[in-house]
Amino acid sequence: MKIHKYDTVIVGAGGAGMRAAIESTKRSRTAVLTKLYPTRSHTGAAQGGMAAALANVEEDNWEWHTFDTVKGGDYLVDQDAAEILAKEAIDAVLDLEKMGLPFNRTPDGTIDQRRFGGHSRNHGEAPVRRSCYAADRTGHMILQTLYQNCVKEGVEFFNEFYVLDQLITEVDGVKKSAGVVAYELATGEIHVFQAKSVIYASGGTGKFFKVTSNAHTLTGDGQAACFRRGLPLEDMEFFQFHPTGIWRMGILLTEGARGEGGILRNKNGERFMEKYAPVMKDLASRDVVSRSIYTEIREGRGCGPEGDHVYLDLTHLPPEQLDAKLPDITEFARTYLGIEPYTDPIPIQPTAHYAMGGIPTNVEGEVLADNTTVVPGLYAAGEVACVSVHGANRLGTNSLLDINVFGRRSGIAAAEYAAKHDFVELPENPAERVEAQVERLRASTGKERVAALRLELQECMDANVMVFRTEQTIKTAVEKIGELRERYLNVSVQDKGRRFNTDLLEAIELGNLLDLAEVMAVSALARKESRGGHYREDYPNRDDVNFMRHTMAYREVGDDGNESIRLDYKPVVQTRYQPMERKY
Amino acid sequence: MATPVLDKVEAESAASPYITVTFRIRRFNPEVSDEAQWQDFRIDIDPKERVLDGLHKIKWELDGSLTFRRSCAHGICGSDAMRINGRNRLACKTLIKDINPSKPITVEPIKGLTVQKDLIVDMEPFFQAYRDVMPFLVTSGNEPTRERLQSAEDRERFDDTTKCILCAACTSSCPVFWNDGQYFGPAAIVNAHRFIFDSRDEAAEQRLEILNDKDGVWRCRTTFNCTDACPRGIEVTKAIQEVKRALITRRF
Ligand SMILES: Cc1cc2nc3c(=O)[nH]c(=O)nc-3n(C[C@H](O)[C@H](O)[C@H](O)COP(=O)(O)OP(=O)(O)OC[C@H]3O[C@@H](n4cnc5c(N)ncnc54)[C@H](O)[C@@H]3O)c2cc1C
Ligand code: FES
Repeated sequence: MKIHKYDTVIVGAGGAGMRAAIESTKRSRTAVLTKLYPTRSHTGAAQGGMAAALANVEEDNWEWHTFDTVKGGDYLVDQDAAEILAKEAIDAVLDLEKMGLPFNRTPDGTIDQRRFGGHSRNHGEAPVRRSCYAADRTGHMILQTLYQNCVKEGVEFFNEFYVLDQLITEVDGVKKSAGVVAYELATGEIHVFQAKSVIYASGGTGKFFKVTSNAHTLTGDGQAACFRRGLPLEDMEFFQFHPTGIWRMGILLTEGARGEGGILRNKNGERFMEKYAPVMKDLASRDVVSRSIYTEIREGRGCGPEGDHVYLDLTHLPPEQLDAKLPDITEFARTYLGIEPYTDPIPIQPTAHYAMGGIPTNVEGEVLADNTTVVPGLYAAGEVACVSVHGANRLGTNSLLDINVFGRRSGIAAAEYAAKHDFVELPENPAERVEAQVERLRASTGKERVAALRLELQECMDANVMVFRTEQTIKTAVEKIGELRERYLNVSVQDKGRRFNTDLLEAIELGNLLDLAEVMAVSALARKESRGGHYREDYPNRDDVNFMRHTMAYREVGDDGNESIRLDYKPVVQTRYQPMERKY
Repeated sequence: MATPVLDKVEAESAASPYITVTFRIRRFNPEVSDEAQWQDFRIDIDPKERVLDGLHKIKWELDGSLTFRRSCAHGICGSDAMRINGRNRLACKTLIKDINPSKPITVEPIKGLTVQKDLIVDMEPFFQAYRDVMPFLVTSGNEPTRERLQSAEDRERFDDTTKCILCAACTSSCPVFWNDGQYFGPAAIVNAHRFIFDSRDEAAEQRLEILNDKDGVWRCRTTFNCTDACPRGIEVTKAIQEVKRALITRRF
């Protein structure tokens, strides 16, 4: 075991982590620990764009953006945070441009903007062009630009280091962050990083679904590490299902495709979104479109021999426009489906996409231990966190924005905290848990296999807690997850070595997915209403009287050593906007 | 507007016959042996699946110790460049049906970088070369309050080289790089190109000087391996030629 000391440690080198690192490296001695090489992070997969009311191509302002964000989130958004997001969006985009990001340009040479779902002019009047983009590889350009600037600033990276535990020390009755424990992929060595401040920026957890746009490595490690140390997770029942994943594969086809004029059609060729969202049509918010797709499928208007998908039709768009604005996604259709989007519609289905919930933070990125108490020295930003700017449903282009705005904020706040505070003493045997976990898995001779359990989990999640949920399906999921957690105790790995043991790490990642799947299902069961991405067929309406509140899930360990999940609730911050019925 | 023809796509996809495929994989684990060796695995798989799916099937069902990098699984993150049937490709962007599955499919690590285990190589020298070309925008003077302006044509000038995902498929397909790891390699030059031809940047001269080095751009023998290998379709050789020309004319 090795011990390192840094002022600030950042867990993750996606958009949020690197945006934080650029700030904190200027102000404090910073280490970035990342399980992937920074440029491999899934921010690079983002396609469509980043929202900001620049008003470069038509009238727009941050207040409209705030409203759309709140409405898009089905009023579960904390409105003070949404306002910060929308206001700081403008500088966030301009900062990236100054760092070198090659945005697409207008004829005037300013940053070009395009339409995106749920973004409107004047509180829902009509779609507005608010998404700043670089073809359909905006996330790639953000990730590259941030990495380039990290190189410029001399940010120190520890690549292929997996953070597996959060260290907390109680000082005078206050729980403070003391550092993290990481596993080095190349050597199998365990490292303790003592740090004055720690920022989690470890991304999402979509891999507990089977059909997903998320990378294999998005396994909720940060959420799980904090949760196991008694910290709450907020709003985990809210997961976004993006309407247009490649049929069966889940690979994303950006909403920008519909922003450019693409149309969803059922087997009769009908533009069915006209029925469900007369104004915004194909650009209604994602939860609405995903449910509409499944409604079409359920009512027998799905396409294909099994009627299990619909079409994204781009055939009426000029090939030059597709080449210029959507080159990557049209190539995905060619590569993975053998389909030519110039002439043929693309089969799609909703795909598990984005975790609205996560580690609760305030607007400075400080992690909350309960509804109000901050954990000194602990921060989170990006998809791992829940500020909450996305509420029950995130608007497209608001996440690339979120990682930049709150990545920056948490980087500054964590470095400033480190400048003012001393190291907190490490707990005794800080690496104990991780060592035990690794040793147990390596030594285990159990009969269960990681891949089989993971597949059972994913199939169970797809079947029971996806776009449509009921008491019954969720209970089925809770039960199944419980069974899988039992069986997980008998999991063994074949690779017993120390070098690059990805077999072992997949086993650890599965443990995280199981924990988080359980939190999601238990939180979903208790929310007896429908709101945003959480749709209960047995409670199809939003219930503001009983459920206009955030879920806070805690792990409890009883005297008998048994684990359970305790749910509590947190009020939603409402400032300007009173909840209204959501229509698009 | 024509209503799209809806049933074209389905006909094929209804039946999906699994076929038996042999994967012949170059294995190396210094914890076990100093020697690399070939190992065959036979699996049943839908030929429309990716080589990456095949590797996962082997790892998940047959041999958990098979080791490779991957993340996004759709050609965006650059983790899984490898030599498949003797050519550098991304395993996640190569469909089994497209590489003659009736014969054994050979899979080896990319060349020119030290193999650490199975298909994993040491990427550090590759990233070092990238970092050495000053891969970031350099400007002087006061920051404007709004964005810097750039015409659509100026933006287009370096569009191709912004697509790079740093997978190393190009660099590790280059015979010059195989023989001499000191050579910057195509990927670093591509990323220098991305800034040299960006109208907002002011450090083109410095970057060109770096590439004028004995291990720089003049080592390129224009074999086009890199262009063939690039999974993002970047015209790598062309970009290198443009950098060479800029060195001579000092115009960019
Ligand atoms: C296909 C796709 C398209 C999208 N398109 C858009 C879009 O157009 N607009 C938009 O606004 N949003 C979009 N999103 C959402 C958005 O891209 C993501 O939510 C966002 O990029 C997440 O960034 P992040 O920095 O939080 O996490 P990531 O970029 O996922 O980075 C996570 C980082 O954490 C590291 N990490 C994880 N676990 C550990 C661990 N245990 N130890 C150490 N390091 C760890 C990883 O190495 C990685 O560096 C899209 C998402 C997907 C999947
Ligand atoms: S796994 Fe990301 S490029 Fe292949």
